Amino acid sequence: MLPRRLREKTRPVAAKDYWNSGIRKRIAVNAFHAVLVERGSKIAEGDRMAAARHTLDMLLEAMGEKNSLIVFPEGTRGNGVEVGPFKSGIYYLWSKRPDVQFVPVYLSNLNRILPKGEFLPVPVISRVTFGAPLRPDANETKDSFLAKAHEAVCALRDA
Amino acid sequence: MSFKLDHQMFLVLNVVIGGLVVASFIGFILSRRVQSEDKRVTIDNLNARIRAWWIMIGIFAISFMIGPAGSMLLFAFVSLLALREYVSLISTTRADHRTLFWSFFVFTPLQYWFWYEGWYGLAIILIPVYAFLFVPIRLALAGETTGFLDRAARIQWGLMVCVYCISYAPALLTLNIYGYQRQDAKLLLFLVIVVQLSDVFQYIWGKMLGKRKIAPAISPNKTWEGFIGGVATAVALGTALWWMTPFPPLVALGMSLALALMGFAGGLTMSAIKRDRGVKDFGSTIEGHGGILDRMDSICFSAPLFFHLTRWFFVTHLSWFR
Repeated sequence: MLPRRLREKTRPVAAKDYWNSGIRKRIAVNAFHAVLVERGSKIAEGDRMAAARHTLDMLLEAMGEKNSLIVFPEGTRGNGVEVGPFKSGIYYLWSKRPDVQFVPVYLSNLNRILPKGEFLPVPVISRVTFGAPLRPDANETKDSFLAKAHEAVCALRDA
Repeated sequence: MSFKLDHQMFLVLNVVIGGLVVASFIGFILSRRVQSEDKRVTIDNLNARIRAWWIMIGIFAISFMIGPAGSMLLFAFVSLLALREYVSLISTTRADHRTLFWSFFVFTPLQYWFWYEGWYGLAIILIPVYAFLFVPIRLALAGETTGFLDRAARIQWGLMVCVYCISYAPALLTLNIYGYQRQDAKLLLFLVIVVQLSDVFQYIWGKMLGKRKIAPAISPNKTWEGFIGGVATAVALGTALWWMTPFPPLVALGMSLALALMGFAGGLTMSAIKRDRGVKDFGSTIEGHGGILDRMDSICFSAPLFFHLTRWFFVTHLSWFR
């Protein structure tokens, strides 16, 4: 758990299609101050660009000058063995706010606690590993930035 | 099944607390006098262990005061934590998820509930028979065949060690020994004291004189000197505690020996699992000791034997001694 001082200004970014109703919404929004965003995969093909821009604006606004965001760049829970490919959102976030530090975090065992499609959790011990902030070059392309980020998270898994 | 806090129990708890006071004092002196860096690490670890002992004794005493239900709940909780450490350490797959859920939230509570109700017949077969059959059935229903036997065995093993074996410790409270009614809590205390003293003295003797390693591939800390010194000390102290048990002194000696030997076997076996998984400790729940399972490994193996020996000789075949 993050120390209280940091917790107050840390906001997770979560999928609107999952977290936007009933008790889940109450947990996400009230307890965790989550920023709920649309997932590209849940939007019709033609509307994606506009939706992505809107999402990016929301994130920039939520971050403001003092908040941190927790972004899950895989966009979903994986199979627990490999780190899935990263969505491009973090690249666009970086290109708008290159002053912000991107800290890689690896969550182990989360998929064992509650795999995709299950509703009853099992109390396996999980571990959160933080890495050093990414150091992207100023002229990083989308692919090279995502590759760097991906590599940083994988390095934490193997450590 | 109920018990009272009689003067013997009171005395033993006081002696244990007194022993901890002495240990804390020695630890304090040592930490003041230590010079070299690697000795500092050993002393810090020793003091962390002593602090953890205070907390463990505290929790144990409180659950004793609540009564048998408190002890059952305490050990059920210990089982859950132990199983959690075990499952976290072994590799499980997505297809094991539901089976694991059953293990944690159905078999573990059921096991302790059966003991609490005094249903001996059910309690001793629930996991070795019914969970043994249920686990592969549930895994087969999940439809994943890769590593089937390995996965089933891993879960069965976890249930046996972390739930079934540990549950034998509070099961001592259900024994209802003739001439020893309502005093069973002292038997549980006897088990814990002898086994843990054996562990502690193996550690101390090993640190002081340890040279010849018993099984270097499994545990570099286990030496013949530590083993013999620890077992001998635990047996001597256990025999000296015969008055708190239903046993004559000579039987208390035999029981202590059985407890210390099985406790050692438990520590060695669980070390082999840790080695296989490439870790030193099962967890980090208890400062200085590693996880719950690192502290319970010797109880896991000794409690079942102690229970059945006591039950055979002092419940069902008591006439042999009268």
